[in-house]
Amino acid sequence: MSRLRVATTWLDGCSGCHMSFLDIDEKLIELSERIELVYSPLVDQKIIPENIDLALIEGAVSSESDREEALTLRARSKVLVSFGDCAVTANVPGMRNQFKVQDVLSRAYIENSTSGNVLPSVFVPKLIEYARPVHEYVTVDLFLPGCPPPADVILSTLNELLEGRFPIPIGKTRFGA
Amino acid sequence: MTQTIQIKPITRIEGHGKITITLDETGAVLDAKLHVTQFRGFEKFCEGRPFYEMPSLVERICGICPVSHSIASAKACDTILGVRIPKPAKKLRRLLNCGEFIQSHALSFFHLSGPDLALGFNSDPSARNVFGLAKAHPSLAMDGIQLRKIGQQIIESCTGKRIHPAWVVPGGVNQPLSEATRDFLLSLVPEGYAIIRRTLDWFKGSLENYREEIRTFANFPTLFTGLINSEGNLEHVEGKLRFIDSKGAIILDHLDPVNYQEYLSEHTEDFSYLKSPYFKSLGYPDGIYKSGPAARLNVCNGCGTPQADQEWAEFTGLERGPVLSSFYNHYARLIEILYSIEIFERLLNDPEILSPHVRAFARNNEFEGVGVVEAPRGLLIHHYRVNEEGLITWANMIVATGNNNLAMNRGILQVARRFIKSDKITEDALNRMEGLVRAFDPCLSCSTHVIGGSSVRAELVSYDGTILDTTLS
Ligand code: SF4
Repeated sequence: MSRLRVATTWLDGCSGCHMSFLDIDEKLIELSERIELVYSPLVDQKIIPENIDLALIEGAVSSESDREEALTLRARSKVLVSFGDCAVTANVPGMRNQFKVQDVLSRAYIENSTSGNVLPSVFVPKLIEYARPVHEYVTVDLFLPGCPPPADVILSTLNELLEGRFPIPIGKTRFGA
Repeated sequence: MTQTIQIKPITRIEGHGKITITLDETGAVLDAKLHVTQFRGFEKFCEGRPFYEMPSLVERICGICPVSHSIASAKACDTILGVRIPKPAKKLRRLLNCGEFIQSHALSFFHLSGPDLALGFNSDPSARNVFGLAKAHPSLAMDGIQLRKIGQQIIESCTGKRIHPAWVVPGGVNQPLSEATRDFLLSLVPEGYAIIRRTLDWFKGSLENYREEIRTFANFPTLFTGLINSEGNLEHVEGKLRFIDSKGAIILDHLDPVNYQEYLSEHTEDFSYLKSPYFKSLGYPDGIYKSGPAARLNVCNGCGTPQADQEWAEFTGLERGPVLSSFYNHYARLIEILYSIEIFERLLNDPEILSPHVRAFARNNEFEGVGVVEAPRGLLIHHYRVNEEGLITWANMIVATGNNNLAMNRGILQVARRFIKSDKITEDALNRMEGLVRAFDPCLSCSTHVIGGSSVRAELVSYDGTILDTTLS
């Protein structure tokens, strides 16, 4: 059997959803026989490849590069999962939406800075005015809520897909879980 | 004409960043920089939230060190309550923190840097990851997975959740430890010792292989800082701050970290979302200092636990003065895991750990609070102001990774000068630049973070932005 080609990424999140994935512990080894991580912060592939079977997106869409990455992943993946509360609802990253981007940046780089006092502007992606859920930018096939989604739900979701079934995580994880 | 090479995104680190290297017309390295490309905005959007929500909210800064954020935050909130928290609560927070150091350091050593260390910096990039490690060195990979699991189980058993637990609260913790949990946790100790001893032996035996990396991974004089306890020993949760210079002389000692603004300032650059704190009296950028595992072992008088003390003596014997090369952070991480297991065992054997007195209750009595801990990556500072109603009006955070921003940037330049020979980009030179960054185990989601959508591993870009050469991975 050829392995399932899986891509994962983190946009505006805390990496906690990815850590929950690692929390399947020793089952990770077994799983690596059946899936191949073709793009992920955990591997050195820097190009988003074609022909991805499954993409997991952690985090909200918050900057121009987040948006670009979500679009590329969507275009190259069969199934796309909104992975965790930040991807599903914008969660904590969305808390900045009540303020103007300018004000949020000034707090960090002007007010709370002793010297320099400039807004970062070169070599860094531009922030989008609002941090928004992934499905506002691309079509999402499956929502996996939780902050983070529990490890066993991540595993069972992957297992279902490997068995050729469409996973239904209802009742197994919830917002803020 | 100058040219710029970009490495984006840096992989096998927590969060997002990229590196640019500027070459002159002969292909010699002029400059190199680390760009942290995500911005989170916590310092602003916490405004208006009730302070007692903060320990849980700030956990979402980082899925790898949420416990550090919650403890630093809770300490700031303890001050706002105006209480002294019960002793058992202090011990329980420390117990939880041991779990976090074990899992976070294990993640960094095995899952993220392990592929470079065991397979080689110039090994096949497509297998240079934790799964490739599992194929080539199954027992080493399994040790890493098990050790991380032990750390996560400690957190889960105490709090009911591995990531983002709601257990550390202003005034203490919200639940005592049961006897059954204590016994279960004690049962994890022997395997923890066995794994870390094996790993230390393996790593010390292979140090020879990394001579070039040791020589060039941010190996230059800087100040070092870290928390110490009243005896001057290693300390992660309480304690006072010490600064030493590059020769090892103590320049400031037993500083109350609450007054951090008296000796630390923060600088902003326009090319990164990560600020650069520096030692105030030396100014920017001369006030460069290092924080984190090796820095902590450099500043302390010892670990204060028998096994870690032996390892500490060996570690500090590597050089006459402080250990300068940041490559040795990997080594220091292992020693800190050993230390954390010893502290953990000691705490579990203390009958007071089962005490039900784990929380002090009060309303807000002060308008300002600062909480400081050593996070796995270095010093972590949370500073809040609240109004009459207890709502946050202002927040400042100095995150662990930020402390090392200046050192990482200079380190990248050092590695670039050593490994980039001309305008020809070699894969292993690029991976060593990333390896330098990994040695600091930066948590760029903490610091801020995000870049993506890149379609090539590295680009050689001329100054006007045209791409001259690309290396595909
Ligand atoms: S959902 Fe929670 S765990 Fe996942 S990235 Fe967001 S804050 Fe982190």
